[in-house]
Amino acid sequence: MNNATPLLQLSSIGKQFGGLGALSDVSLHIRRGEIYGLIGPNGAGKTTLFNVITGLYQANAGEFQFDGNSYRACKPHVLAQAGIARTFQNIRLFANLTALENVMIGRHLRGRAGVFGALLHNLATRNEERAIARRAHELLHYVGIDKPGQTLAKHLSYGEQRRLEIARALATDPLLLALDEPAAGMNATETESLKTLLQTIRASGITVLLIEHDVKLIMGLCDRVAVLDYGRKIAEGIPEEVRNDPAVIAAYLGGGDD
Amino acid sequence: MLGYAMKLLTQPTRFAFWLLLGALLLLPFVTDALLGRGWVRIADFAMLYIMLALGLNIVVGLAGLLDLGYIAFFAVGAYCYALTGSPHLALAFPSLFPGGVHLPFWIVLPLAALVAGGFGVLLGAPTLRLRGDYLAIVTLGFGEIIRIFLNNLNAPFNLTNGPQGISRIDPIKVADVSLNASQEIFGITLPSVHLYFYLFLAFTALVIFVSQRLEKSRIGRAWMAIREDEIAASAMGINTRNLKLLAFAMGAMFGGVSGTLFAGFQGFVSPESFSLMESIMVLCMVVLGGMGNIAGVILGGVLLALLPEVLRHSVVPLQQALFGKTIVDPESLRMLLFGGALIAMMLYRPAGLWPSRVRRRELDTDEAAETV
Repeated sequence: MNNATPLLQLSSIGKQFGGLGALSDVSLHIRRGEIYGLIGPNGAGKTTLFNVITGLYQANAGEFQFDGNSYRACKPHVLAQAGIARTFQNIRLFANLTALENVMIGRHLRGRAGVFGALLHNLATRNEERAIARRAHELLHYVGIDKPGQTLAKHLSYGEQRRLEIARALATDPLLLALDEPAAGMNATETESLKTLLQTIRASGITVLLIEHDVKLIMGLCDRVAVLDYGRKIAEGIPEEVRNDPAVIAAYLGGGDD
Repeated sequence: MLGYAMKLLTQPTRFAFWLLLGALLLLPFVTDALLGRGWVRIADFAMLYIMLALGLNIVVGLAGLLDLGYIAFFAVGAYCYALTGSPHLALAFPSLFPGGVHLPFWIVLPLAALVAGGFGVLLGAPTLRLRGDYLAIVTLGFGEIIRIFLNNLNAPFNLTNGPQGISRIDPIKVADVSLNASQEIFGITLPSVHLYFYLFLAFTALVIFVSQRLEKSRIGRAWMAIREDEIAASAMGINTRNLKLLAFAMGAMFGGVSGTLFAGFQGFVSPESFSLMESIMVLCMVVLGGMGNIAGVILGGVLLALLPEVLRHSVVPLQQALFGKTIVDPESLRMLLFGGALIAMMLYRPAGLWPSRVRRRELDTDEAAETV
């Protein structure tokens, strides 16, 4: 795939729940290697768009291309296989499994051992299991979680849980890492270390899509930003442009009618 | 080679393993000597239940799919062998099967496992979107449908012989030796129940081995992920549909194997062995013992399979001695104790008698958190 084509290309995406239009005519593209921010007031459709991209919802209209292939109406696991990994706004870890097991499950789709592999426990399976465990340890170290084999995911601190979700998503070897409000509820120090982590991830060649309420984080981190309001894209561009866009200011401060 | 064997024997866990194996091999003789003749047969049934409980543990304990009709797969396995290993088909359809089918047990066993697995997929496919209580209701219905079919398929054509069941099922043969008659090996006379005991012991060991391998594998992790959070699991690239069907199929295969052994052992099957009570019994073994933990499930299976027999052998003589007659039927006392035990478990040991290591740790931490 050549580097000039965008990694993700959305054309006129629409999504309705019953008669309620949550998204209409949203088009955007994310280039390889950038950090792309998605902001907007509450209820603007950010998470809906995010769920469409990750396959949790199916779009009613529009085209969705990822890495050169079309993926409309695909299940989440197909998109994960294609290279889209995500985290959740309200953390969804496998709470009663250890941190290590959580990340090992993230490796699932890069493994091949099936029932027969499990039963025979042959050389290929043993090697695969070892590789999975090694990679999981690496990733936990990468996001800064130690003691992973013993601690249940739900007993980690809030910031660690957020980072564990990122490690689990990275375990799928994604091309695009999609983060749904990763800094929500974090204090200033935790946000700062998250920012560093995301920059490291981008430097390793993974494209990042970020939904965030923390405008400061978005402005300091993203290469380009799109703004959603009432299910429509009202602005897109580099952070400085977007910040000064009258439509964006109106959307955030109200008074768009006058 | 010898040195290697010695090393294996001398490691503490290996030593415990050999000790356990020796104890289990001697168990039928010990119970015969100490408790009386009937107990080996009870142990045989206990092992059939353990196999069932381990199969259900895959569906409920690992994949988190509450199945209240699990006994249906036991029934499918049992009837597979009952139909292919008895004169019933020859009597019911003389023109189609003039001499009866009489397939050998070792051919029917894998086929029955596959058929039961197929029924597992059949149950799984329409219930993929259901969870928790909704799934429980549908699976309960499925279990009843199978039983009612078996009960009523004596008309218009007599496939299952209805409530009378199918009798004269061929005994299981191992290397042309029928397990239905006493055999003399190394000068020791082994009655039929002893022979079945060793056969079932081997199968239970196999089922435990398979359970353990599955649990500690990529597939087992994916099942646990589905149990914990299905949406997150699918976002991590796990094909939840296929893996749920696989869990239903694997669990059903265990049930089918156990059912086939049951039919060969009993020589007779009828629909009343596959009632809803039996499904609940197996589920209780899993829950009481410790959901998701193989050792716990085995413990639950042993306890619940032995409980009615222990009661029968203690309650009746006790009442006879005290009052001169039997006032309370051990069967009804069993249900009373059973209900009481379940309530006590939920109050004091919600993770089961022998919880999995993770669940134990989690409860410990919760307690620690409460005391802080």
